[in-house]
Amino acid sequence: MNRFAWATPRTISEAAAAATTLVADAMSSDPTGPGVVTVLKAGGIDLLDLMKETLLMPATLVNLQQIPGLDSIHPGEGGALHLGSMVTLATLASHPLVRQRYPALADAVSRSASPQIRNVATLGGNLLQRPRCWYFRAKEHHCLRKGGDHCFAIPGENQYHAIFDNSPCAIVHPSTAATVLVALNATVELIDAKGTVRRPLLVDFFGPPDQDIMRENNLKPHEILTAVLLPAVPASVRMAHLKQGEKDSIDWPLADVAVLLDLTPDKMCKSATVILGAAAPVPHRAEAAEAALIGKHIDEDIARQAGRAALNGATPLSHNAYKLPLFETLVHRAILAAAG
Amino acid sequence: MTKLADETLRTEIFPYGIASVGLSQVKRQVPLDEPPPLPPNDDLLFIGKPVPRQNGRAMVTGEIHYTADINLPGMLYGRILRSPLPHAEIQAIDISAAEHHPGVRSVIILSPPGDPQTAVLRYVGAPVAAVAAVSMAAAEEALALIRVSYKPLPFVIDMDEARKPIAPLVFDAASAPGGHPAGAPSALPLNGNVRGPSTVSRGEVVQGFAQADVIVEAEYRTQVQTHCCMEPHGLVADWRADGLTVYISTQFTAGVRHELAEAFELPLSRVRVVVDGMGGGFGSKSMLGNYGRIAVGLSRKAQAPVRIVLTRQEEQMDAGNRPATWQHLRIGAKHDGSLTAISLVSYGTAGVGLGAGVGNVAEALYTCPNFESAQNDVFTDAGPGSAMRGPGNTPGAFGMEQAIDELAERLALDPVALRDRIDPSPRRREERRIGAEKIGWQHRHVPGADAGPIKRGIGMAQSIWASNVQINSACEVRVLRDGSVQVLSSVQDIGTGVGTVLAQVVAEVFGLHPEDVVIRIGDTDFPSGPPSHGSRTTASITPPARTAAWRVLQLLLADAAVALNAPVDVLVARDGRIQVRDNPAKSMSFRDVAAGLRTDSISAVATRSDDYPGFRHKSGDAAQAQQDLGGVQFAQVVVDTETGIVRVERVVAVQDCGRPLNPRLIESQVQGGVLMGVSYALFENRIIDQNTGRMVNPNLEEYKVVGIREAPQIDVTVLENYQGNSATDAYGIAEPANIATAPAIANAVYNAIGIRLRSLPMTPSAVLAALGKVPQGNMTS
Ligand SMILES: Cc1cc2nc3c(=O)[nH]c(=O)nc-3n(C[C@H](O)[C@H](O)[C@H](O)COP(=O)(O)OP(=O)(O)OC[C@H]3O[C@@H](n4cnc5c(N)ncnc54)[C@H](O)[C@@H]3O)c2cc1C
Ligand code: SF4
Repeated sequence: MNRFAWATPRTISEAAAAATTLVADAMSSDPTGPGVVTVLKAGGIDLLDLMKETLLMPATLVNLQQIPGLDSIHPGEGGALHLGSMVTLATLASHPLVRQRYPALADAVSRSASPQIRNVATLGGNLLQRPRCWYFRAKEHHCLRKGGDHCFAIPGENQYHAIFDNSPCAIVHPSTAATVLVALNATVELIDAKGTVRRPLLVDFFGPPDQDIMRENNLKPHEILTAVLLPAVPASVRMAHLKQGEKDSIDWPLADVAVLLDLTPDKMCKSATVILGAAAPVPHRAEAAEAALIGKHIDEDIARQAGRAALNGATPLSHNAYKLPLFETLVHRAILAAAG
Repeated sequence: MTKLADETLRTEIFPYGIASVGLSQVKRQVPLDEPPPLPPNDDLLFIGKPVPRQNGRAMVTGEIHYTADINLPGMLYGRILRSPLPHAEIQAIDISAAEHHPGVRSVIILSPPGDPQTAVLRYVGAPVAAVAAVSMAAAEEALALIRVSYKPLPFVIDMDEARKPIAPLVFDAASAPGGHPAGAPSALPLNGNVRGPSTVSRGEVVQGFAQADVIVEAEYRTQVQTHCCMEPHGLVADWRADGLTVYISTQFTAGVRHELAEAFELPLSRVRVVVDGMGGGFGSKSMLGNYGRIAVGLSRKAQAPVRIVLTRQEEQMDAGNRPATWQHLRIGAKHDGSLTAISLVSYGTAGVGLGAGVGNVAEALYTCPNFESAQNDVFTDAGPGSAMRGPGNTPGAFGMEQAIDELAERLALDPVALRDRIDPSPRRREERRIGAEKIGWQHRHVPGADAGPIKRGIGMAQSIWASNVQINSACEVRVLRDGSVQVLSSVQDIGTGVGTVLAQVVAEVFGLHPEDVVIRIGDTDFPSGPPSHGSRTTASITPPARTAAWRVLQLLLADAAVALNAPVDVLVARDGRIQVRDNPAKSMSFRDVAAGLRTDSISAVATRSDDYPGFRHKSGDAAQAQQDLGGVQFAQVVVDTETGIVRVERVVAVQDCGRPLNPRLIESQVQGGVLMGVSYALFENRIIDQNTGRMVNPNLEEYKVVGIREAPQIDVTVLENYQGNSATDAYGIAEPANIATAPAIANAVYNAIGIRLRSLPMTPSAVLAALGKVPQGNMTS
């Protein structure tokens, strides 16, 4: 790890002014050179990983932890919930309003990483962490996503990679929370040094490789992610999230699924949202699965049909076709879990 | 005591047999200068009792010093530059910029160009050069300043590819290591990348198969497992004009001293090897290692102590591993279960190393008149393998014990009942009986019987392992004038608690408490102890410890006899006193006896004598007792047939190790062995990219090791198996505890789902594929 300076701004605009470079840009510009750039640090879990692998050698870290107000969870307008970007995963997972109104989110977050990591890692950092592709994470592989000229995973070891939209880069989005947040139609709030605010939908904030192969989102230099806004969910909406890792202790999902169902009292599905995590470079909407549910009474058969439909359009790689039956199962089980 | 014709021996009667079955007696001839037989554990005060680990508190409070904690004045930090390519020749190497770095004190080239013996690198991670600098950061910076020009050479990673005649050659005949999968020194033929076969045969296999009513035949595969020691490999080397001291995380201080003396042309008397706390070795820390030689070389050049501690990435790539194997097994049997023939062919790869055989499970576990095996090593461009907990037999049991279960099914016999017929070991018979009862074997259902996607199953498997002994093992016991006691040996505690066991054995002799015995081990300035590998430490060092203590006691008793005015042969040491056996009033304290010593201390050094009935096999410093070690494990698993997830809910491990000296420490080793086996069965896998030759999971995140949520309930039972073989009659436990776990799990998975998983690890990907649920072929194109 390189030597670096430490800055502790007290306001969003100070932090934004200091944040000259996106981590993605810093990693691709000169992966081996000595630090010249300034990057933002939240919990530092992902940042430190990158620095220890010398994939990232920043000159200055701008610590966001001393800015007041970024770590609160409070009700917003019209039944929405405001989640500060610096809220830790541990706080988020245990917050009564989150558990009560968005139990699928509490589930996703409480199953991410480890207790030690959740105590430090933040919601903002979780959404902005870089992908875990093992070629991407090793310095020796100068792959497409780091500005190189080919992908090592597609012809190589791709067991943990994407089964949808996996060319030319087959990463899966690393955030488990994002699977649920996209399903919930969350918005992110971004503020720049001049105080300009933008509030894109999270799904639009994220970008697939064909849009930008070196960045997973359209965060701009000098922008701070300040909050995630969750719209109110009607009382008739039920939700569930399921994650399956190879291990249950401290492991990434092989697959995770978020399901939101708007049900009539006799379990007729008025609308459905099915999002797959660890399936594609961005959280993947399983439209065919949603279509299979709408207008149907949710039962075992329908849930199984939707599970199969969720695989529509999958293009598994040499070592990850096992994810198909796995997703099929998780979608089916998540639908039944949501329907209750 | 009857005097024999041989004046150096006497005849003694020892307890014999398995305690839970019923003990008998056996006559043995014992050297005159060795102690009388120990009674069974029930009649002892400390031996066989769950005495707490002496340094347990220090371990959990962080007081123990591991090698990485050692900080000598003026110490430098060593780092190794490693090959980024799987096969390459170094054409030029320039270290001048690194040498000019202000923090650097020495730079050495490990793979000098010019000579093909040194310039060719054969795996990613092979050492190229090394630096010693005043800080870790400076050492890292200096590494980046070394310029190497590599000529890439064709390489092969996959074992099946490497076996093909067209495969790139890892070695040529001149450069290839010789040897034998089972470790014998003689060179075997080399064909392409294949070294072997090493063969064993008995009887007439062709006839045996002709006589068979039933034949089972299948292939099994096991993956590369890395040791994942909590404490990485490391040392501090301190080269001085008057000699070399090395503080190293090692399983064998005395062996490392030999290696150092030879490598650096020093007399043994000027080399000292020391280890205090040790965070695991599992077979990978038995030798000095390339990093060890490098640290000493740097220290000699820099004239300062040098510390090298490997990073986790280096651990995963170049600190040893359990080789991958492919096994083809064919077993023939009569309707009644009796085996008529076994044939085994195996290929294994230890990367650029040797030793990828599958052991002697197929050969020795069951009675079978006709047997043949051909085991081969395949060279690949990957980091060298090394011994790992039950080397050979752990992958070997995975194949053989599934094949036996398959045979049982074909014969319509219960797997336990079949083993009762073909397994000659009375120990395993008793272990099967106990284990079957504990796991509830009689409630076991037919394969795949559970309705619904979640299926449970029970399976069992067996272990065989030699009762190893190091005869080159010595121990000194001292009694000091204040009545305190020391035990000294170079034997090291790799985490098993051997120091505590030594204290128990010596305390039992002196009638003191184990806490009263001070253990000084892990230092070659003391008498040479055994290695901690091959499950031989306790078997090798506790007999000399008891013998040495007994000899010192004879001296003290002689003094006490004068003081008490009693014949020496009626005196006993008990409760901190020396007393007349039948008259406790006539006694004096142990302290008072010691206070009368002419010198500050008296001591005796004893060595490991041969087992009283002789060894089955002896070569050099190593020997094997007549009886093998057994071990039977039962596993209960749950398989989710829709996600492919396998979880082990419960393992019942029934083991034997001769006379158990400390059930608590034994249980802890068995738990470790089972956990390692669960991890091997379900998770661990070194994955190397076939296109670049680089390991993609050289960490503990993507290299998956069992975690707390995947840990089964582990139920441990240890037989008391008395053989009358030595002053303590104790043998080892570490490896037998690991061998049966993975096949027991595989057999349980079969019982759950009715499908055999013949390769490891049993990941969701493998399980779903076995269930026929994974679409075939690459759907992208
Ligand atoms: C072993 C292990 C297992 C894990 N398992 C999971 C898992 O199952 N699911 C999962 O989702 N995650 C998992 N993680 C990842 C972990 O949750 C993330 O690394 C963590 O959430 C990152 O948060 P942080 O606050 O530490 O971010 P940092 O490391 O501080 O920052 C991450 C990135 O976000 C940028 N950034 C942070 N905050 C802001 C902001 N407010 N505005 C602008 N930019 C910002 C930083 O510049 C940096 O680029 C795992 C991690 C490990 C090590
Ligand atoms: S999947 Fe993407 S990140 Fe991974 S090697 Fe390919 S291009 Fe790089």
